[in-house]
Formats: sequence, C-alpha cells, structure tokens
Amino acid sequence: MPLSWALFASFLLAAAGYIVGRSRAFATAGPDVRKLHSRPTYHGTSVALAALLPALAVLGLASVLRLTGVVTPESGLVAGTIALIAAVLGLGVGVMRIGQEYQARNVVERMVLGLLMLSSLIAIVTTAGIVLSLVFETGHFFQLYDWKAFFFGTEWTPRFQGNSRLGIVPLLWGTMYVSAIALLVAVPIGLFAAVYMSEYASRRVRGFVKPAIEVLAGIPTIVYGLFALITVGPLLRDYFAQPLGLGNSGTSVLTAGLVMGIMLIPFVSSLSDDIINAVPQSLRDGALGLGSTPSETVRQVVLPAALPGIVGAVLLAASRAIGETMIVVLGAGAAAQMSLNPLEAMTTITVKIVSQLTGDSDFNSPETLVAFALGLTLFVITLALNVVALIIVRKYREQYE
Amino acid sequence: MTDIPLSRPVDVPDRKPGSLLQQDARTKARNAAEKRFRLYGVIAIAISMIALVVLLTTILSAGSGAFRQTYLNIPVTLDAAVLDPKGNRDPAEMAKVLTVSYGRVLDAAVEATVARHNIQIEGLSEDDIDNLISKEASAQVRDRVLADPELIGQTVEFDVLTGGRIDGFFKGRVTMESAARDSNTSPQQLQLAQELANRGEIVTRFNWNFLTNADASDQRPEAAGVGVAILGSLYMMLVVLVLAVPIGVAASIYLEEFAPQNRITDIIEVNISNLAAVPSIVFGILGLAAFINFAGLPQSAPIVGGLVLTLMTLPTIIISTRAALKAVPPSIRDAALGVGASKMQSVFHHVLPLAMPGILTGTIIGLAQALGETAPLLLIGMVAFVRNFPDGLPGGLMDPASALPVQVYNWTQRSDPAFIERASGAIIVLLVFLLCMNVLAIWLRRKFERRW
Repeated sequence: MPLSWALFASFLLAAAGYIVGRSRAFATAGPDVRKLHSRPTYHGTSVALAALLPALAVLGLASVLRLTGVVTPESGLVAGTIALIAAVLGLGVGVMRIGQEYQARNVVERMVLGLLMLSSLIAIVTTAGIVLSLVFETGHFFQLYDWKAFFFGTEWTPRFQGNSRLGIVPLLWGTMYVSAIALLVAVPIGLFAAVYMSEYASRRVRGFVKPAIEVLAGIPTIVYGLFALITVGPLLRDYFAQPLGLGNSGTSVLTAGLVMGIMLIPFVSSLSDDIINAVPQSLRDGALGLGSTPSETVRQVVLPAALPGIVGAVLLAASRAIGETMIVVLGAGAAAQMSLNPLEAMTTITVKIVSQLTGDSDFNSPETLVAFALGLTLFVITLALNVVALIIVRKYREQYE
Repeated sequence: MTDIPLSRPVDVPDRKPGSLLQQDARTKARNAAEKRFRLYGVIAIAISMIALVVLLTTILSAGSGAFRQTYLNIPVTLDAAVLDPKGNRDPAEMAKVLTVSYGRVLDAAVEATVARHNIQIEGLSEDDIDNLISKEASAQVRDRVLADPELIGQTVEFDVLTGGRIDGFFKGRVTMESAARDSNTSPQQLQLAQELANRGEIVTRFNWNFLTNADASDQRPEAAGVGVAILGSLYMMLVVLVLAVPIGVAASIYLEEFAPQNRITDIIEVNISNLAAVPSIVFGILGLAAFINFAGLPQSAPIVGGLVLTLMTLPTIIISTRAALKAVPPSIRDAALGVGASKMQSVFHHVLPLAMPGILTGTIIGLAQALGETAPLLLIGMVAFVRNFPDGLPGGLMDPASALPVQVYNWTQRSDPAFIERASGAIIVLLVFLLCMNVLAIWLRRKFERRW
C-alpha cells in the first residue's frame, strides 16, 4: 500500500511544515510581530497547504489512473515517490516565500475558498455519476435487447439461460397500482390531519400529535416492510382474500399500498401543514367575518388558496411512493402480472431492480443489465415528478410573499 | 355626495322572522357539516395514531422473544478417548477433531440427563432426545474445550442452546398441534422438554448472545445474532460521519456565505434539492456501477456502504446546515467585519460556532436516516451471508460485513419462522439506536438553541 503510506507521510510533512512556517514567521518578524502582514499561524497553514495540496493532487491523479487501468497497481511506488517529492518541493517553496510582506492570510483564504467550492461540486458530481452510470449501462442493455420490446413488452419472464422477455409494462402497472392505493390512503388522512392540526387543534393536542405523526416518518422503511409481511399481509389474506375468494396470497398490492400509505401520512401532513399555515390569516379572518363557519372557511377559502401547494405535496408523495423499495419487496410479492384484483401479488420496478442485481450477476447478460434500464426509467419518472412539484410549490410560495 | 338611494331594494330571500334561540334548517345543516368536518380530522389523526401504536406493538411483541433464549443445563463428560485421541492435549491436534465428535459426546450427555431424571414418555425416539439441543451446541462446546484443553476428561456443566423448535415451544410459537405436523419436532419431544423444564434443567434467560453472535445458517435460528450487523452498521456510520459532515458543512458554507448569485450556483442548488428526492435504490445502482464495477472495491464491504450512504445523506446535511447558517443574524457577520476580520474569519470564527447546534442536530438526523436505509445496501452485496466479524479499523472497512436493516431483510427471506422473531428483534435493536440518536438531537436542540 505505497499510496496510503505516501498519503500518511504527506500529512506528516504538512504538520511539520506548519510548525516550521510558524516559527520562521516569528523569526522574520523580529522583536515586533506586528511587522508581519499576516499572523504567524497563517504562515504556518500556508506552508502546510503548500506541502499537502500538490501531494494530494498527485495521489488523486494516480488513483484515478489506476482505477481506469491506464497504469498497473505496481506503479503505486512510483506515484508515491512522486507525491512525496511534490510535498517536499511544496514545503520548500512555502518556507522560502515567508517574509514580512508575504500575504499569507490571503493565500490561505483563497485555498480554503477553493476547497469549499470543490465540496459544493460533489452534488453535481453525484448527479453526473448517477446519470452516467445509468445511461452507460442502459445503452449496453439496449445493444443486447430491443428497446421497443422493453418499453412495450407486456411480459416479464427473465431466464438466465437466455431468451428472456423483459417488458416493463407489467412492472409499471404494479408500481402505479401500489402507489395509487398508497396515495388514496395517505392523501385524505394526511390532509385532514393537517387541516385539523392547523385550524382546530388546541396547542396541547398539537404539541402531542405533531411529534407522534413525525415518529411515523422517522421509522425506517424496512420496519414497515416487516409489518406488511407479518401482520397486514396475513390479515388481509385471512379476512378478505380467502373469504371473498379473491386469492390466496400473503403478499398483495393492497398490503403494500396500505402500509406505504401509512408511511406517507406524515410526509403529506407535514408538507400540507406548512402550506396551510402559509395562507395569510387575513383570508381566514375575512371569511369568518362574513359569517362562514370554520369548516366553510377551510373548504372555500383556505384549501383553494393552498391548492397548488397541496398538489405539489401530493406529487412529491407520489414520487416517494414510486421509488419506495423495501415495503414492496416484502409486501407486494414478485409475480409480474397485470390484474385489477388488489388482493393478488404483483411486482414493481424497484422489486425487480433488487431481484436482478442481488446474488451472482453477470454484467454481460441482458437479465442483469435490464436493472439499469429500470433504474433509469425510475430516475426519470421521479425526477419529472419532483421538478413539476418544486415548480408548483415555488410559484405558489411567491404568491403570498 | 352620492345619489345612490340609501334604501336601495336588495334581493333578500324571504325569511320568517324566527327566534335566535331556535335554529332554522339551514343553520342546523351548516352546524352539522361543521361537526362532521371536525370529526373527519379527528378520525384522520386517530387512524395515524392507531397505525403507529399497532406498528410498534406488533414489532415489539414479535421481537421480544429474540431477547430471551432457552438453555439446557447438562453435565457433559468430555471423553478423552473421543476428543483427544492422541492424548497429548495439544491444541493443534485437538483442532482436528470435528464438531461431529463433540455432537456424539453431547448426545450421550443429553441421554444421560433424561435417564437420570427417569422421564418416561411413550413414543419418544432417540432422535427426539438428541435433537433437543441445537446443532450449534457442539460447536459451542468445541470452542470452549479448544480454549481450555485441561477440561478434557472431566465432567463439566454446560448451558447449551436448545433447538429452535424447543425454544419456540417455551415462547409459545410452537404448540403441540403444530409439532404433530412438523417433521423437525414431535409432541413427545415437547413433552420431554416440558418435563425437563419442570425439573429446572431447561431455563429461559436473557439472551446477550443475540447482540454479540454472528448470523447463523438456515437450520440454526437459535444461534443467530446481530453482532456482525451492528459492527457493520457502526463502520458505515463512521465512514458517513468522516466524509459527509466535513463535505456537507463546507458545501453549505460556500453556498450560503460565499457563492455569487449566478447560474452555476443556481444549478448546484437545484441539483441538491433534486438529489434529496432521488429514490434511495438509485444510489444503490450508482454504488454498484461506480464503486464496485468501476473502482473495483470489494462487495459487501462497509466502505462501499458508507460511501453510498454518504452520497445519500449529503443533501440532508447540506439543507439543514444551510438553514442553521441562515438563522445566524447578519449583525454577527457585520460586527466581525466591522472590527477588521476578513470574510473567511467572520464565518469560521463567529458564524460557524453559533450555527453548530443546528448543524449537529441536522447531522444526527441525517445519520439516523442513513442507519435505517436498506435498499441501496442490497445492491452492493451486503445481503451476503457473513459469519466472520470484520477486522478492527481501518482494515475492517474492506472486510465483508452486514448491516442491521439488511440483516432484517435477510432473515425475512429464510424459511424457518423462528427467523421472523430474530428479524423483529433486530428491528428493536435498530429502533433503540434510532431513538437514542433522536433523543440526542432533541436534547442538543433544547440545550443550545438560541433565539435571536
């Protein structure tokens, strides 16, 4: 591991540089420290950074080259040596620069600003990484599998011997069905809860109920998944599906939808709560002053005024529902089919991404690569929903500000 | 001034002049609608509360069994002829003796115990007696003997794990009726277990091993624990803490304090808010493509999980840190600049320390989110069956490990229903960690929050 040793050594050099730089700054200042342009610590830091940054740059470049396969891992020794030489040179230059007029603080601050700027670019790099990896592997997939058969195929039967049918339509149907049920549960409950809490509830009730609903938001989705698997699924099977003759499956669209609906309640309610509270009090006072009851005020004045924001909140919740994984993996089942019966097991895009990518996967077969195409579809759908929702919410906010 | 007549005729619906104390039909209808509307709100809140309570009680009651474990207390005669055929007590030689031999020694010990208590049960087979104890028990005894070879030849008291079905019987999961249909146990075996329990040989105790053991194979739910998963989760949280916090805080400082209002800043901001809403499984795909396939990092390693979770939590941390920085009033910055500090000094010496409580709270909540995240970890191979503990830091970051939520998923995929109990138990452990983190966050906020 010469690279990590080189890294360690450059950190040591930087620490040494800090001490040397500081004491040299004191020495050049003579008896009166105020003669220096910058405080001695800045001189020390500037030397340390001068030693560290070139070494880090060399090491970073070396690791990138190694990952892309341009150089062999054995060249690590060379790279480490170059990095150390760079660190020593940087140290030397840094120490030489020190003088009474040298503006060490400005130099250090410029370097720190650069680091801050680099950190903020990570978000863009992440997005680029997501898009690139998805697009790249999806392209690979479409070379092996016809894109028309993927987007319009109504059959999903992956076989690892080959000759699989990988149509996204049944998965899309399952995803939409589960999300629709989840929204049917979450939107009315969340909305009514939000209205009650912002318009009716006393301070005490609000202080108790609001955190309790937020607890629902803090519970990991795997917990909801297990709840669907061990409680809701068997309950629906024994008391609804079997007596009604609608199926015999412990996992079903309704199970996943109900549990996901519970998960989304706090999401809908806290977003709508914010939006309802943003409606100016004067509108309410006007309606109440004209003699409407509180519920008429809410229905005819507050909700219409908050409507765009609530639509945005619902869209955000929908994007959550579509991208949710663990609840559907444990609750909805794995059978890719298109049926209207909500008590039957169906499957979703996220479930199939998990099942195609876990276990031993061969990155040259369409059965594995299809997961990237599914991921790209999911990414595009949720991104579109988010963008539309954000635009609506933002537009609405400006209205009353 | 105006020529509108004061008494302009208005279309007033013809209403009978009634008493104010007597509501007319319309008022009644409006008041009823008002009550109904209120009721809907109460119902909505009640449903969410009930859902929360049912969710938690189901998990707690299903998982509490994992924290108790039944043990059979038996004297085992460690026969030197079987366990140390060479007779020289050399650990290297003794390590060659397989677990199967220890199994035979244990079977004899169990049979002796049953005979000693003179328990007679009709139709009880020898297999029933031998299967009373877990298959893990022989490994348990072997480990202890290899650690202390002097035990050989003596008769030592052991608390050995009972089999999964026996354990389930004492927790109410297995009944006589279900045992009759089960090929792994029989009503006779359960009767025997009950007799032994009556005589105080089988006891149910708190199960520390659940917190320290590694995962166990499909046939041995009684030996499975979350030790490796806790350690793996801990390693991942360390990676997230070391990477996400400095990068997130640095990015927030830049965006909040230094960034010029231009197009690039706009793009970065839109990007961050979009990243916060990207489904977590997409981050898993990114991790698989970028860190495992492209960068060649090992599968199932905490470092990869940590990197993926870092990218996932960065937006959360950035958003909360920016809110905390924004809450520091501009007068602080102006005062610092006024006495001659540079912009950088005003931020690092004054604004950042004041925003610290808010940043910490946001960070802890982001970490809690990352701790419970499952989907992306499934894709980077954390579902693998891991029996060995990862090494200490930093090398352990590269070793295969599990994570708490993934371990839960893993156990739900096993056929033995005893694993559902284990999965719920693991969730309790996870929820306890989350609870601690959230309480810490709330405490920090209460203690250090300042109103300006």
